[in-house]
Amino acid sequence: MKRSELSFPLVPRFLRFPALSRSFTIASWLGWQIESNWADPFLFAVYSVAKPIASAMILVVMYNAITHGNTSSPIFPYIYLGNAFYIYVATVMTGVSWAVIDDREHYRTLKYIYIAPLRVPFYLLGRGVARFIIGSISVFITVAFGVLFLKVPLHLSDINWLMFFAALFLGVFALAMMGLVLAGVTLLIANHVWFVGEAVAGALYLFSGAIFPLDILPQFLRPIGFLMPLTYWLELIRRSLLGHTAAAFPTLAAFSNAQLFGILVGLATFFTLLAFVVFRYCDFLARERGMIDMTTNY
Amino acid sequence: MTDSLAIKTESLGRIYKIRGGKKTKETPKELIALADVNLKVECGELFGLLGPNGAGKTTLIKILVTLLAPTSGLAQVGGHDVIKSPHLIRPLINMVSGGESSGYGLLTVRENLWLFAQFYGLDNKTSQERITELLGVVGMLDRANTKSSDLSTGLRQKMNIVRGFVTDPEILFLDEPTLGLDVGAAREVRRFVRRWVAERERPRSGKTVLLTTHYMVEADELCDRVAIIDKGRVLACDTPANLKRRLQREAIFHMQVSPMNNGALSGFGTLPGVRKFTHEAHDGSSTLELILEADDVLSSVVAKLTQHNARILNLQKREPTLEDVFVDLVGRGLSEEGGGE
Ligand SMILES: Nc1ncnc2c1ncn2[C@@H]1O[C@H](COP(=O)(O)OP(=O)(O)OP(=O)(O)O)[C@@H](O)[C@H]1O
Ligand SMILES: [Mg+2]
Repeated sequence: MKRSELSFPLVPRFLRFPALSRSFTIASWLGWQIESNWADPFLFAVYSVAKPIASAMILVVMYNAITHGNTSSPIFPYIYLGNAFYIYVATVMTGVSWAVIDDREHYRTLKYIYIAPLRVPFYLLGRGVARFIIGSISVFITVAFGVLFLKVPLHLSDINWLMFFAALFLGVFALAMMGLVLAGVTLLIANHVWFVGEAVAGALYLFSGAIFPLDILPQFLRPIGFLMPLTYWLELIRRSLLGHTAAAFPTLAAFSNAQLFGILVGLATFFTLLAFVVFRYCDFLARERGMIDMTTNY
Repeated sequence: MTDSLAIKTESLGRIYKIRGGKKTKETPKELIALADVNLKVECGELFGLLGPNGAGKTTLIKILVTLLAPTSGLAQVGGHDVIKSPHLIRPLINMVSGGESSGYGLLTVRENLWLFAQFYGLDNKTSQERITELLGVVGMLDRANTKSSDLSTGLRQKMNIVRGFVTDPEILFLDEPTLGLDVGAAREVRRFVRRWVAERERPRSGKTVLLTTHYMVEADELCDRVAIIDKGRVLACDTPANLKRRLQREAIFHMQVSPMNNGALSGFGTLPGVRKFTHEAHDGSSTLELILEADDVLSSVVAKLTQHNARILNLQKREPTLEDVFVDLVGRGLSEEGGGE
């Protein structure tokens, strides 16, 4: 029998897609409202400009101490750019997973978002967009600072923009998927773990070839690095920005750009599947344990 | 037939696992929040869940709105199973929980409401119209552009209520919607819910409300049918009138007597013919509520009072209220603190 009595001005099948797209776009809007709410522009400047430059400077000082100021070695831009783009790792992963805690504990809206006809993973991805934009500002400023003041050999005419943006897109996409895995896990963690994104980013720092080639790691730790999309992503970013200079780096020298892209696409796909499986499962457990509207008392 | 049911549960149960102290390794304790709940709510019904604190009302609502999984049994909303197809339920429903201040404090009231309307895919024009209309109803139009962090708790609660109605859900879950509101505001909200209900007058337009409360007035005034729930079990489920009719044959007396000690009072419950007996001590007197099997049982009560040298200050025979039904079923009173009219 027809279920006419209940027929919610029934969302026609062809409009199902909007649930997905509106989850993402409205969440992006919301994320931007929250992130750009710089009550204190000074604090914002400190956080997204001074902090990344300061951490880059620490690296440079250490580098200079070890190499006696040999900034003309190809290893210098390798480290500098690796570190600068690594900013994305923490911002994107935190950006995507953090909304779980923020909405659950702080705004207490997570339960209303859950019962709305949304796709929660896409909502979370949307919430990460603002952080991505702000992260991009930090990355840009750090790189510009390096070029202007530290002789990082970056020449606008040498940059392969197409390759750069393609690599950036794939890398950020893979990071967002890793963020989704974290978001799922965060759903199941009772205490507020604001730092979970940062913590994972910190742990992966060693295994991504961000500041030193993977070959320096002990043999048994290298596979972790080779399984991370970050490794190939950073390599591609460096190659696109530095051109032939990048060839000096040993780890992935044997791979062509196309091969690296192939691996990155493969790993990004793998992490996408992983993210949706993990998130679904965590979501299921969270509903079973009643953790979606749980707030810790503090 | 089942198609006209907005909500259906069959031997629904929910058990919470309570983890013990920090380092105890013993198996977690279990708390039965719902046990064998069988409910059928028709489309277009305003259905009340009445029960004391911890009865399991919120747990039941959480299961129905797909926030919490049941431990056993079946729950359907709009004909869809809460476990198998939550995504088919979500477009049909909305929920308001009382006594909490959710919302994005840095957005204005209007922005908050607009955001949630967008989540449901409402177009811009409709959302804005509804927001304006509903803010008018709760008397908050002048606050539309206030940041919600600057609102008082009660005003936030009103915003929350508007959030529930703005999407014009087919099935609306209201979990103690008037909690935390002052008497006047609570009355406004009740009036509004009633109006919303009246607007669905066109037969079977399908709007359904499930409301939980521990305010008798709310249940009595608003609800087409009420389920009385205690310790996770549904004890009775009927229209308020029918529930009260159960007690029609009994005689209900409200009595004020000179102060008596608890020891003396405890004997009344066991007098033959006394169905239920509750008492409350005040400064200068004790108030007794008696449900008697018949009027003439009163004489033995009076005799017993005389035995204890208690003087009757006031004696009233009343029509049964939902409160009496509750006392009769649960065996204890449901004290009304605030919020009522
Ligand atoms: N997350 C949880 N973990 C463990 N026990 C819980 C949890 N949530 C609720 N309970 C317990 O389940 C029982 C039912 O709680 P519930 O919140 O459903 O009651 P309620 O009828 O809504 O009460 P109130 O009128 O106080 O809101 C209570 O004993 C409560 O302590
Ligand atoms: Mg409750």
